[in-house]
Amino acid sequence: MTTLLEVKDLTKRFGGLTAVNHFSTQLVEGELCALIGPNGSGKTTIFNVITGIYEPTEGNIIFQGEDISGKRPDQITKKGIARTFQNIRLFKGLNVLENVIVGKHLRLASDPASAILHLPNYLKEESKMRSSGMTLLESLGLDRFAEDEPTSLPYGLQRKLEIARALATEPRLLLLDEPAAGMSPSDAEELMAFIQHILDSFNLTIFLIEHQMRVVMGICPRIIVIDHGEKIAEGNPEQIQNDDRVIEAYLGVVDHA
Amino acid sequence: MKMKRNTILTIIALLVIIVLLFLAEKSLNPYYKRILNLCAIYSIFSVTFNLIFGYTGQFSLGHAGFAAIGAYIAALLTLSPAQKAVNFFLKPIISPLANVEFPFLFALIVGGLLTAVLSMLIAWPALRLRGDYLAIATLGFSEIIRSLMVNMQSLTNGALGLKGIPGYTNLFWSWGCLAVCIFIIKRLVDSSYGRAISAVRDDEVAAEALGVNLFKHKMMAFGVSSFFVGVAGGLMANLISTIDPKVFLFTLTYQIVGVTVMGGMGSLTGSVISASLYTIFLEALRPLESQFTIGSLTVPGIPGMRMVIFSVLLLMVILFSRKGLMGNTEFSWDGLFRLFNRLRSKKGEGSTGGDES
Repeated sequence: MTTLLEVKDLTKRFGGLTAVNHFSTQLVEGELCALIGPNGSGKTTIFNVITGIYEPTEGNIIFQGEDISGKRPDQITKKGIARTFQNIRLFKGLNVLENVIVGKHLRLASDPASAILHLPNYLKEESKMRSSGMTLLESLGLDRFAEDEPTSLPYGLQRKLEIARALATEPRLLLLDEPAAGMSPSDAEELMAFIQHILDSFNLTIFLIEHQMRVVMGICPRIIVIDHGEKIAEGNPEQIQNDDRVIEAYLGVVDHA
Repeated sequence: MKMKRNTILTIIALLVIIVLLFLAEKSLNPYYKRILNLCAIYSIFSVTFNLIFGYTGQFSLGHAGFAAIGAYIAALLTLSPAQKAVNFFLKPIISPLANVEFPFLFALIVGGLLTAVLSMLIAWPALRLRGDYLAIATLGFSEIIRSLMVNMQSLTNGALGLKGIPGYTNLFWSWGCLAVCIFIIKRLVDSSYGRAISAVRDDEVAAEALGVNLFKHKMMAFGVSSFFVGVAGGLMANLISTIDPKVFLFTLTYQIVGVTVMGGMGSLTGSVISASLYTIFLEALRPLESQFTIGSLTVPGIPGMRMVIFSVLLLMVILFSRKGLMGNTEFSWDGLFRLFNRLRSKKGEGSTGGDES
């Protein structure tokens, strides 16, 4: 079991507001770990710092033994961290297959000139991108929609497409920001099975944010709980459910007056 | 089979266009020829603006300034030493340029390349800005370029402008440059790089999270676009043979924006159609600006009346076809045949009394 990602004493402040306060954790290769917490507790901020959208105020992010804190998002993606967003951010002007193969663009070796002139090296790469994009869509059951507009897909499939697009970058670590947001309990359950399927078949590590505790209890062996930017608990679902501070964060203090 | 049919049709269409250009060049009078040349030049302006705004989503208003750079460079490189001496009578031209004269192709390419380099220098800081801020910054730069041209007398002859530029531009040059421009931009936007810049347009945050280097791709689009803007500027200088800084006022940029919106964001075909219609209409409506009589009513000549009509046309297009004339679709033979078939079946139904609309 080797450490894939290490978050070391991470603090992120926006002016006077401390969104994340001395947060540390480690992810080992191949695990599925959930990050949960009430609204505004700093979950997405942690993701945004890991993926380079924000620079950490203090602390470091170590990925595969390399300090990646302060790097640009595209550089971090190239190193093997992909993510999805809480609010769906698909490319509306591209079809489903094109949305996925945009994720392949970062491994393109041909320059724009050979792309314009249709040189053999580019054409070979282009057809490889398309076929591997199709293979990816097939393995996730989305191949029927390859030529469709992404906005024409039902909500649940748009979520899946966003995950497919992130997988196209061939990540070692996949960050999912509230993948089940806005879904009915049964849809959320199906999505969790989908995530389990990805974990089993793509040889990667998944770190996911969830707002509702119930959704992740079934599939995540390890759960981290944060509140007001601070880690308040960490452990398996049973430990978390019985933790006093977690109950307090979600339900408020029991008033013994 | 279908592919083969389309290739044959394309070759035939290209041959027909070449023959038509040849005939036009031989037999049309200079006035009509100039209009046709301007159609091609405005098409290049519009197609390049579409690459920047329609495909990459960067609202840059620097087109007039960039066209000015290309035009002045092409003009200075093609003017004969004698003509330069005539032009620069207030202040002599700086020495290395005084005694040189280059062929047109060389002047166009140098003009394009230098425009691309200068525009990328401007874009370097400006592309950190988004949306309206980028528009304001590039508009400002465009005006700075123009006022530099007024003040750098020993290089540009200031407000007097340059006269007697050889009229090298003919229909083959202008439409040929347009063809090369469309070919390159179409191939680019259909490639993996094109998907990447469309991703940048649709959602910068998501594009960056998928590994697209925003800065590099915006710069690429800017460079390709301004190269052709520079070339079109050169074509324009060698067509109208007299240029001064006033030709490149920011209103030129607004015209290009209007034309491109009218044609459709993300449709190169739309850009060409719209630019050509605009150029032709602007000339056809010229009588409106002089005095004319309808029945017993005499309308005095109102300068700028053409632009009023153009604005009304633009409003109509935006009201009735919000995505412009072509939306984001391109001309294709398959599309044309589909249209024919639809019209034919509609006619058939019409005879039995049915009306689809």
